[in-house]
Amino acid sequence: MTNSGTPKKRSLSVICSKGSFDMAYPGLILANAARMAGVDARLFFTFWGLDIVNQKKIDHLHLNLVGNPSSPVPAMIAGLPGVEALATAQMRKEMERLDIPPIREFIEMLDDAGADLYGCQMALDMFKLTKDDLVPQVKEVLTAMDFMDMSEGAQIIFI
Amino acid sequence: MSLEAVQTDAEGYLANSDDWSEELATELAKQFDVELGEEHWKVLNAARAIETESGSSPGLRKISKRADTPIKAIYVLFPDGPAKLIAKIAGIPKPKSCL
Repeated sequence: MTNSGTPKKRSLSVICSKGSFDMAYPGLILANAARMAGVDARLFFTFWGLDIVNQKKIDHLHLNLVGNPSSPVPAMIAGLPGVEALATAQMRKEMERLDIPPIREFIEMLDDAGADLYGCQMALDMFKLTKDDLVPQVKEVLTAMDFMDMSEGAQIIFI
Repeated sequence: MSLEAVQTDAEGYLANSDDWSEELATELAKQFDVELGEEHWKVLNAARAIETESGSSPGLRKISKRADTPIKAIYVLFPDGPAKLIAKIAGIPKPKSCL
């Protein structure tokens, strides 16, 4: 059996569109796992996902309990003042116990691991932000089409 | 044990931990185009120590802390899939951690 040449290097594109504490992690964890396994990874932070890389919001993401079908707390209770904050604090503690880094540290780790982080131009315009509002690990601000071009041959995950 | 004789599982991880030696590690590393220096050994020894103590093959984050080697440096020392590479060269199982 002949080999048609060296196999093309795998690459992963993760689109992060959610900004809640619970939905920030999946994209970051998947991209990190890709890097650990030698797969190139790039992330596109769009819409609420911009909160994950927004200097003002990155340390203050909240768990989403209301309108979340998996929520352990009934919606009427979850909407009461302080409940979401308490649940978020509990989740942070649990993450610490499992040695899962806080979002800011995770972003630094991803950058160190060689993942490329991008912000969405349209989302930035919508929220009236500039690249200076984002963490330094964000390489560039791109349009969706730019990101599509970069993702040629890549496996794309939308979160 | 020589490289030819040593048994690995289907994914390339050492099948029998008793087969591991520093010489073997050096040979395995060469297969992956890695030449083991002092910094590499810090990382490998940290990985092996954690695995022995906890019974679980560690992820990069734990190794980085134990070896006092930044993640960035680990990606330079063991390029192209460091988590797997370190485990294969260190003779420990595939890491079960996501971090």
